[in-house]
Amino acid sequence: MLYKRIVIDKVSNAWMMLSIAIILLLPVIIGAGLYIKASPLFDVQSLGRLLGSTTWLPNEMEFGFLPFVLGSLYVTLISFLLAAPVCLLSAIFLTQFSSKRFMRFMYPVIDILAGLPSVIYGVWGIIVIVPFISDSAAPFFGIKSSGYTILAGGIVLAVMCIPYILNMLIEVFNTIPIGLKEASLSLGATYWESVKHIVLKKGFPGIISAFGLGIAKAFGETMAVMMVVGNMVQIKFHLFEAAYPLPALIANNYGEMLSIPMYDSALMFAALLLFVIILLINLVFRYFIYRTKKNE
Amino acid sequence: MNKRKIIEEKVFRILSAIATYSLVAILAFIVLLIFIKGFDALSWDMVLKTPKGGYYYGGEGGVLNAIVGSLYISIGATIIAAIIGIPAALYINVHLSRYKRTQNTIRYVLDALWGVPSIVYGAFGFTLMLFLGMNASLLAGIIAVALLIIPIVVRTFDEVLCTIPKGLHEASLALGSTRAEMAFKIIFKQGFPGLITALLLAFGRGIGDAASVLFTAGYTDRIPFNLDEPTATLPLAIFFQLSSPIPEVRERAFAAAAILTIIILIISLAARFLSKIYTKTNFK
Repeated sequence: MLYKRIVIDKVSNAWMMLSIAIILLLPVIIGAGLYIKASPLFDVQSLGRLLGSTTWLPNEMEFGFLPFVLGSLYVTLISFLLAAPVCLLSAIFLTQFSSKRFMRFMYPVIDILAGLPSVIYGVWGIIVIVPFISDSAAPFFGIKSSGYTILAGGIVLAVMCIPYILNMLIEVFNTIPIGLKEASLSLGATYWESVKHIVLKKGFPGIISAFGLGIAKAFGETMAVMMVVGNMVQIKFHLFEAAYPLPALIANNYGEMLSIPMYDSALMFAALLLFVIILLINLVFRYFIYRTKKNE
Repeated sequence: MNKRKIIEEKVFRILSAIATYSLVAILAFIVLLIFIKGFDALSWDMVLKTPKGGYYYGGEGGVLNAIVGSLYISIGATIIAAIIGIPAALYINVHLSRYKRTQNTIRYVLDALWGVPSIVYGAFGFTLMLFLGMNASLLAGIIAVALLIIPIVVRTFDEVLCTIPKGLHEASLALGSTRAEMAFKIIFKQGFPGLITALLLAFGRGIGDAASVLFTAGYTDRIPFNLDEPTATLPLAIFFQLSSPIPEVRERAFAAAAILTIIILIISLAARFLSKIYTKTNFK
């Protein structure tokens, strides 16, 4: 009987160790796998030219990733500028001003928003945002536009990232001791003053981390952006121009991938690039969060 | 001076309230819009039939292939994620409970993995698939989605497990149980509502994700019967039909989007409901 229990214990330990090992090795394996697939590309072009060149002619083996990286950055920046104030304000409202009941009502709302698939956001973008831009916004500025623009990508992306950032911000604000706020209120500060001077200051590292992780999420978002952003290889920093973000490049060309030489390597390099950038952003800001948690 | 303070207070209260209520409005707007647009084209044929000849030119048929394919892939992926994720989460909380540093490092890696975009998992799944000599198939899709949702399962389950009081661990060990018995009979049971939430969350993420199955699962009009057959998925069905120039086909994309939204809403509600039920009977 005892023997059987010990065997079961050993087996389950082995199973647990194995699964944790698989998970911990996953980032390494992903990185290595993508690198091996992408490595033929390095024989053709140097890393500097891959990242710095703007010529994208896959048929002539010219792979310059700069337009895609810049396109991604630009769409991400727009979405961040739109999402950040909304997130910050509603996180403040939910944790400082609103009633507990309203907060309980908002949790499912945020959860469902966060759970909606990106394709749904894309469909929404195509039905609402794209016609809005081509029919109303662009003519308002006297510009002709198809609507499939950086602005559309930015708006859709912002809506997608809001629940994600908001969740983290609420968590940050909830960890701030109530005593601090009460002290400030008892000294005669208004609610908003306590928020401004105590909550925002105390939560500053957390806010920065939440924003950073939100940016990382926006940078890697694929389907929704791809459906509304226009997907044209060009470097034009105008809100009403199309762009071609990095994830869209990978997702859009998987069909032709195997027919053009080196093309699959180029796409895998794009995936590797995304992986490295986003993993780094994540590691840096997560580390930030753990540090601040430890200090408390 | 005092007046300025009061005005500032008012302004920011109103602004923050607007920001919050606008979120509710956006959610209602998106969901209602998808439903209104989708219900026009939604019919029993859409749900119960696979695409017939000429479907993509406005012919007869439905998206049953995609619905079933999506369910197959996310159920398979959730099972794999549970097989790997549950013991991993238990290991973090049982065997490593005395090693705070290791625990935190593992959580750190998992959180970072959670942030990796699904297109990267898709691309990696594709390389893995070529490496193993497979074609775009149900199995490859399941593996790619499983990789995507494993961090979600582990971290969500782990969040619940680490709130379980240490006294329970000690009581169980003091009664002479092995660590495996403690993990599966005590800790697992206590964390069960959390596991349900974790699995449903992961399932919802898996069924809605398009980028990871784009390379790996392929697309077909038939319902797959084997693991090595290509599989259609609902998000991709929406995506492909939406890029069609024919209005009727685009209408159907909206209907498929409505179906997907309904599935996601059901999962989300089920997660809340189930975790509530199980939490009630739990020992606190």
